[in-house]
Amino acid sequence: MFDALTERLGGVFDKLTGRGVLSEKDVDAALREIRVALLEADVALPVVKSAVNQIKERAVGEDVIRAVAPGQQVVKIVHDALVDLLGGEGEPEGLALEGEPPVAILMAGLQGSGKTTTSAKLAKRISERHKKKVLLASLDTRRPAAMEQLQQLAGQVDVAFLPIVKGQKAVDIAKRAMTAGKLQGFDVVILDTAGRTSIDEDMMSEAQAIATATRPRETLLVADALTGQDAVETAKRFHERLPLTGLVLTRMDGDGRGGAALSMRHVTGLPIKFLGVSEKPDGLDAFDAKRLAGRILGRGDIVSLVEKAAQDVDEEKAARMAKKMAKGKFDLEDLREQFGQLKKMGGLGGIMGMLPGMNKKMQAQASAAGMDDKMLTRQEAIILSMTPQERAKPEILKASRKKRIAAGSGVTVADVNKLIKMHRQMADMMKKAGKKGRGGLAGMMGGMPPGMAGMNPADMGAATQDLLGGKAPSGASMPGLGSGNSKPASLPGLGGGAPLGPDGLPIGLPKK
Amino acid sequence: MSEKKPGFFSRLAQGLARSSNKLGESVTAIFTKRKLDAAALEELEDALIAADLGAQTAMRVTDRLAKDRFDKEVTDEEVREALADVVAESLTPLEKPLDLGGERPQVVVFVGVNGSGKTTTLGKIAVKLKREGHNPILAAGDTFRAAAIEQVSVWGERAGAPVVKREIGADAAGLAFDAIEQAQRDSHDMVLIDTAGRLQNKAELMDELRKVIRVIKKKMPDAPHHVILVLDGTVGSNAVSQAEAFLEASDVTGVVMTKLDGTAKGGALVQVAEKFRLPIHYIGIGEGEADLQPFSARDFSRALAGLDG
Repeated sequence: MFDALTERLGGVFDKLTGRGVLSEKDVDAALREIRVALLEADVALPVVKSAVNQIKERAVGEDVIRAVAPGQQVVKIVHDALVDLLGGEGEPEGLALEGEPPVAILMAGLQGSGKTTTSAKLAKRISERHKKKVLLASLDTRRPAAMEQLQQLAGQVDVAFLPIVKGQKAVDIAKRAMTAGKLQGFDVVILDTAGRTSIDEDMMSEAQAIATATRPRETLLVADALTGQDAVETAKRFHERLPLTGLVLTRMDGDGRGGAALSMRHVTGLPIKFLGVSEKPDGLDAFDAKRLAGRILGRGDIVSLVEKAAQDVDEEKAARMAKKMAKGKFDLEDLREQFGQLKKMGGLGGIMGMLPGMNKKMQAQASAAGMDDKMLTRQEAIILSMTPQERAKPEILKASRKKRIAAGSGVTVADVNKLIKMHRQMADMMKKAGKKGRGGLAGMMGGMPPGMAGMNPADMGAATQDLLGGKAPSGASMPGLGSGNSKPASLPGLGGGAPLGPDGLPIGLPKK
Repeated sequence: MSEKKPGFFSRLAQGLARSSNKLGESVTAIFTKRKLDAAALEELEDALIAADLGAQTAMRVTDRLAKDRFDKEVTDEEVREALADVVAESLTPLEKPLDLGGERPQVVVFVGVNGSGKTTTLGKIAVKLKREGHNPILAAGDTFRAAAIEQVSVWGERAGAPVVKREIGADAAGLAFDAIEQAQRDSHDMVLIDTAGRLQNKAELMDELRKVIRVIKKKMPDAPHHVILVLDGTVGSNAVSQAEAFLEASDVTGVVMTKLDGTAKGGALVQVAEKFRLPIHYIGIGEGEADLQPFSARDFSRALAGLDG
């Protein structure tokens, strides 16, 4: 997300950082660029104006021109201004779920903004993280099969669903949901409403009536992150009519410029509570202004990545593997598990999207070089075509076995060789790391290596660039199954130690 | 939905009322008898950008105004006319009704990002075709999203058209193949194929779409005869990225823009039109069956500029 804006601002600051000293004209030029960049990123005009003014004031106040590193200074000022615009620092506000149960959460928004999917994601999150008993109810009497959609999603996320009664009006369904919630001891009732345009008077009154009848503790406006200038108008109008308490921006996993997030936050003053980042039921991220602003400025979304790693890594399995590897054992079955882990974390595409300094172009380059999830699948297939014995003892793999494996997985013998070579290198590295004791393996398998927290995002950007440029990056380390501190960088899950092959590409990448 | 329908323009004007008023107001605010100087042009450019016309189109409009009238007194009406002219100029050649003549069956595939309105558009077109005496068959090709199949089925009932469906998670390409086969067997003259919503930056989902198109060609080499990109009317500049990616993956032949009955201005359509010269078939201005209207460049442009009919 925000890739385009990142590139744009990157261009501005490249120009600035290229020279040592800033002139007043440079600042003006930068401001103009920032303005255009924000507009092209679909940030609404009034918001852009306010942002540019803020940035200008701060730039003048801090006497950028005489600063040691003016370019960096401007970056920091823009960053801080964006953080403020996005709601400021501090812990992201969670959901308010206290009060006499059942507590109602009302979901509202335009057609196709993602209300139903978000309702299900929210239900899953609340039941899993808050350990509350959740009831999902669909009030969408308009769109064909909307109710069935929520019903099916409720089944998928294992949350109770209010039975459908055909012909009932939305307000009556809402009342029925609250009564059912009370009688059946639910803590939270999530009310998914029909999509409506903000100027449809009947529909807006209906939404108001639902809110009046259910007194929701949270009323969330669900909006598409791909929205253009209309974001302001829609947010304003919904805010006028409904007791909104927060915003949810969906389709943040698209390549939209995401200006809508800035716009809506600005005109309503409401916190952005969640971001929808995938079609899957767990694709709901907490919002953090600093992180998002950092991302706008090309610093990547390392925190997300760490969070994801910590969440997705199976601790027990990791500990077991660490023990095994400490003894210098890392067989092909272990490698396969690592592939699985990587996939679970959203695949290479998902991870690369969060890496700092990784823009769309670089991602495209990476996938053109075969560095995509297909590659993972292919390598997994190779291992799956081996017998358990072969996986445990790769050294028994001779020509005829390799031929059979290649045929079984639809690749060439050369591909099989590459995989075996990669595995051997990884195993060697792990053995070495194992001998060095702690910091190596403990961190490697723990999901979050020590030293992660204090990592400098700027280094990460450089590391990533090196990686794609075919050089071994230095210094930084990545979460997941990467190495501990003071080891060369590694992509999560791509193995520990130094996962870079002799050609400099991360192991597993086909050579050009 | 039983009362007599007002004419096209009043419906579009109703739909666009909010946006055109807004744009109209800001244009008026800038140009009630005023000299067209650099500052005024910049303000106009801003107003156009705020209508999702994008920086380039906005610049083109202001350049054109500046060419003839720079430093002259201009009225609000003149500015609107000029805006409408410039927009209409690029849109008129793209005003093309969906032509479903030719080989039978005609295969139409609907593509787009999640929630843009593919299924609703497909449903509306099915009802329309049936009413015009055609015999369409629908394919519930979104086998991913919960209840997407049921949604197409409801539209199938409304249109009185059979729906080819499989269980959720089934192969969408195979389903499209089956639908064409069934159409050929039962002499349907149209096959309308729904697809799952997909964000254009998800490589594996775009690959899946390529596969659907490939498999359709196996059954009918010249099919799909139409690939319609459904754009959400509220979309901003991302529309360009969407059009680019879907064109590349599925050879889009035309565009439908939905949800123009809200506050959204739909200016992104102009951006897409300028860049890719894609025919525009319909615009959606409501949820009803009759709320899919043939695209008229003149009406769209004038409504966008806040001018009457």
